[in-house]
Amino acid sequence: MVTIADPPPASGVLSHGLPEGSRAPELDVPAAPDGERTLLADYRGSPLVLIFYPGDFTPVCTGELGLYNELLPDLEGLGAKVVAISCDSLWCHCAYAKELNLRIELLSDFHPKGALSRRYEVYRDDIGTSERALYVIDGEGFIFWREVSPIEINPGAAGVLDALERLAGREVKVASVLPQTSHAQPEDRR
Amino acid sequence: MSRLQRAVEPHDWARGPASAPATLLEYADFECPFCGRAFHELKRLERGLRDRIRFVFRHFPLAQMHPHAMLAAEAAEAAGAQGKFWEMHDTLFTHQNALETPALLAYARELELDVRIFSRDLNERRYQTKVRRDFLEGVRSGVNGTPTMFINGTRWDGPYTAEALLRGMRGDPSMIVEPMTGFPWSGDA
Repeated sequence: MVTIADPPPASGVLSHGLPEGSRAPELDVPAAPDGERTLLADYRGSPLVLIFYPGDFTPVCTGELGLYNELLPDLEGLGAKVVAISCDSLWCHCAYAKELNLRIELLSDFHPKGALSRRYEVYRDDIGTSERALYVIDGEGFIFWREVSPIEINPGAAGVLDALERLAGREVKVASVLPQTSHAQPEDRR
Repeated sequence: MSRLQRAVEPHDWARGPASAPATLLEYADFECPFCGRAFHELKRLERGLRDRIRFVFRHFPLAQMHPHAMLAAEAAEAAGAQGKFWEMHDTLFTHQNALETPALLAYARELELDVRIFSRDLNERRYQTKVRRDFLEGVRSGVNGTPTMFINGTRWDGPYTAEALLRGMRGDPSMIVEPMTGFPWSGDA
């Protein structure tokens, strides 16, 4: 009789990533369906936030990316660039970005699967996804800060904000939000 | 365990006695369906506890995901400037599907606000910076989504039913974290 084993619990942290101070591995993954590839050198001179997440359209990732998407003007105000990486295909990323109105660039670690996550030592062989990991890379290409959270926990952005502020040597200012298209109209305006 | 980085201050929106044994602080988004559900649970909690609890509200609009959330937050502030923050807060959470500008103006009229001033405040985006400051402070305190609640300054990672929150307030260590289910965009499905 064939029995199907329960899948391993998708929880906790198995890989703890690369240590702070080490050189960040090359990205070299596609960023767009036209085959263009993203390299670390594209971000040289700016702090870079790498968000490794397990999968598009999953609840915790959606909360996490929604938060970073909202925080993007503030992070950019500190001079940082932000990219997010999962093992989903670019086509899936396109649908996901559209669904959530994401402005964060999504990189695809789809083929060869997990190669980039493995280079950053945050690939989960047991479940075939990336860990939920955050890296802040300085403008010279060294890992300044990193945090690996349990798959089921949204890590928030307090650590990233703090790391970027230390790198920039200043606190984030309250960024002005893009004006909305709908404005209240005084009802008695003639 | 995340702790609140800024304690409750006089300019925070608070309801209930400052001497209450429990302070429940919520970071929320008026367009978020989970916050809408939490709203009704907090009402139940308030009915049960009356003056033994103090509620504090801070803004955490996820405006990219919820296109009306920012203006709704500003509308609550504009109502607050005229002494009716909580009335507008309750109205917004009970009308989450109608948060466009004309609806906001209609709520202002229903609450007998000076609509001319209210409308000017929205037009000038007078409270946007205050709302954004709440948001950024929330991020520093470990707010990672909405709603996020803090019980006496410690982030509550459990469910936000009235019963669970009550157990949290009593410091019940047997409380387990319930995994989040459902999708933020699926409403009350």
